[in-house]
Formats: sequence, C-alpha cells, structure tokens
Amino acid sequence: MEKIPILRMGEFLLVTIQVDMHDRLAMTLQEDLTTRISETAARGVLIDISSLEIVDSFIGRMLGNIAAMSRVLDAQTVVVGMQPAVAITLVELGMSLPGVRTALNVDAGMELLKLSLNGHRANGHKASRHVSRR
Amino acid sequence: MSKGVQNPKTGALVTVLSKSESSVLTEWIKEMAGATRRTDLMNDSELRSQCSKFLKLLREGAESGSSDVQTASWQPLRELLTEISRSRAQQGFTPTETATFVLSVKKPLFELLRDHVGNDANSVAAELWSTSELIDSLGLFTAEMYLKTREEVIRRQQEEMLELSTPVVKLWDGILALPIIGTLDSARTQVVMETLLENIVKTNSRVAIIDITGVPTVDTVVAQHLLKTVTAARLMGADCIISGVRPQIAQTIVHLGINLLDVTTKATLADAFAVALDRAGLSLEHALKTA
Repeated sequence: MEKIPILRMGEFLLVTIQVDMHDRLAMTLQEDLTTRISETAARGVLIDISSLEIVDSFIGRMLGNIAAMSRVLDAQTVVVGMQPAVAITLVELGMSLPGVRTALNVDAGMELLKLSLNGHRANGHKASRHVSRR
Repeated sequence: MSKGVQNPKTGALVTVLSKSESSVLTEWIKEMAGATRRTDLMNDSELRSQCSKFLKLLREGAESGSSDVQTASWQPLRELLTEISRSRAQQGFTPTETATFVLSVKKPLFELLRDHVGNDANSVAAELWSTSELIDSLGLFTAEMYLKTREEVIRRQQEEMLELSTPVVKLWDGILALPIIGTLDSARTQVVMETLLENIVKTNSRVAIIDITGVPTVDTVVAQHLLKTVTAARLMGADCIISGVRPQIAQTIVHLGINLLDVTTKATLADAFAVALDRAGLSLEHALKTA
C-alpha cells in the first residue's frame, strides 16, 4: 500500500507530501503520524506541502485535524510551503485552518518549531523555579 | 432567405457589376470624396484598392445567388469588411464614416441598375429594393465589426489597467508592500490576491503590507476580499498588515460590524513598515547617533 514517509529529525518529525493526496492516503498518514508522535515523543511536526497542487475540503480538514491531534500529544505542528493556488482554494472553501501554524519554507518552519519549543521550555523552567521557591 | 441556385434577386446586380465594375468604382470614390472622405487618415491608392476588392468580392458573393450575407458564400466579403472596419476603428474613423464607406456604393450602383433594367418601374423598384437590402446588411455588419473592435480595445485597456494597478513592491528583504489604488471588486481582488501570493513565494517574504490609502470606500464585500487575502497569505506562512486605514474607513468598518480583530491594522504605511521590520527582527537606528 502507498504510504507517506515520516522522517525523524531529533525532536521533530518531518512529513513531505510529494504525491497527490487522496482520502485513504490522508487517513493512513493521520494514523501513522499520531502513532509515531507517541512512539518517539516528538515535540514538533513539520508538514511540507510544497508539491501539493490540489486540495479539497477533506484534505484541508485533515491538516487541521493533524494539528489538533498533535497538540493533544504535546507536539507543535507547522505546515510549510503552501502554494498560492492551494491557499486561495482553501480560503474560498472557507477553511482558514485557525489552529495550524504556517511558514514559507522548511527552513522557516524549523526555526519556528525550535523557537516555540525553546519558549515552551523557558516558560516551563520559570514555572518550576516558582514552584521551588515556594 | 433563399440561397443556392441562381437567384433573380441578385442576377441584375451580377450583370451590372461584371459589365461596369470600373465605372462603379470611379463613381463610388467620387461619391466618397464629399462628406466622409478623410484624406488625413487614408490616401487615395489605399482607398481605391479597398474599394476594388470590395466590388470584386461583392460580385463573387452575388454570383452565388444568395442574398443572405451570413452564408458561407459571403465569407470572403465579410472577412474583408472585418479587416477594413478593424483598421478604420484603430485609425480613428468615426462609426458614421466607417458605415458610409459601404452605404455610399448605393448611389452609383443604383444608377447603373436603373440603366440596366430599363423603363419598367416595377422591376426597377424590385431590383433597387433587393440591392438596397443587401448593401444595408453589409453596412450593418461593418458597423457591428467596428463596434466589436472598439470594445476589444476597451477590454484590453481594462486588463492593462488591472495589471498596472496592482504593483507589488519590495520594501526590504522579506518585506513586501502592495499599495491598492481605486475600488476593489471581485475581479480585481482576484488579481491582487494572486500577484501578492505569487510574489510572497518568489521573494520569500515573511511580511506583506497591504496599503489601502487609495481605496475610496470599504464596504462588506471589500472587507471580505481583504480578509480572504490576509488569510490566504497566513496559510502560506506570511504575515499581513493592513495600513492606510483612514478615520472614515475605520468608522465604516465598525458600523458595518466587520471583524478585523485577527488582522494587524495601522493608520499609515510608515507605522506598518516599523511593525514589519520588528517582525523580521530588524530595527532602524539614527545614523548620527552611532556616528
């Protein structure tokens, strides 16, 4: 069966969608990704859709779902490299993907993930210090 | 309308044209030399060649026997007229002048037809009527083609304006600006959105400023269009700032109940640029201070 590879890069998972997404493939990806996040305890997921040229409402919803599921599993999701035509289509479909973070390319996306992770940790340290002082 | 077989309707016309084409031509050009001749726009030899081509094709069309100018046998003449009215529309002839080119052939033609048919009033009237009908429909066709050409020119100009009116400027590395001037309608928003998004990808810009100083009014439709553009840019990973919101527009937006809470808005382009620099991790410093 056709599968989209999920690569591990340190604390992050990298998903590059290079084929036309159909519904079954999207469901498989959703399942695989959630499994991998819990297996590897990943802190961030980067989904590169720069070669995705056709989207429908189902794929749009799936992107939103993946982000929401990752958040539940304590991982940040960044969608990178969306094509202008895809962005226009999603907006026209009324899907603004409110919970999804976006970046222009993989570089910017990685930076965003690292930044948010560091911010998270800094906040976490502060919180723990507070606790220890008390 | 009858077609196909040799038709008595056009029979006399064919005979007259084949017998005395050159005299019709001379008379016709003389006729045009009056009111509608534009020596400033077209020289004699060009006019003459157009006229003789017209007469030749008119004869060939009439020989087919059909008096319906929309049929295939009139195709060459229709093409010639299309070409003539197109060139005249571009040269600056008025619609009257263009249509009169065809209609003025009536007088010399009718005179010769009268001579040819003879003294029988009824058959003269019948001949004149059918020929008049034919020439009129050719004249109408010419006028129609003239208008079509003008419309094409207008449409092309509109398209050019649309392209001219949506320049995407690069303010800094990673910062784009899109000054919008004029009313935003659906067609224009589409162009604006596409050019902005394409440029975001091309220049790899993180921040885009949409400046609406030149937009006279903002209604719900325009606001909707703006929000769509901002959302699409965000989906691609770029931030959008809307600048140039005039006080009246701010009032309208609030009165209309449009929600711009998710969008950064600034009063001037300068303010928006400062925010954009900040987001790109850059800052401006006064040169004198450091020097």
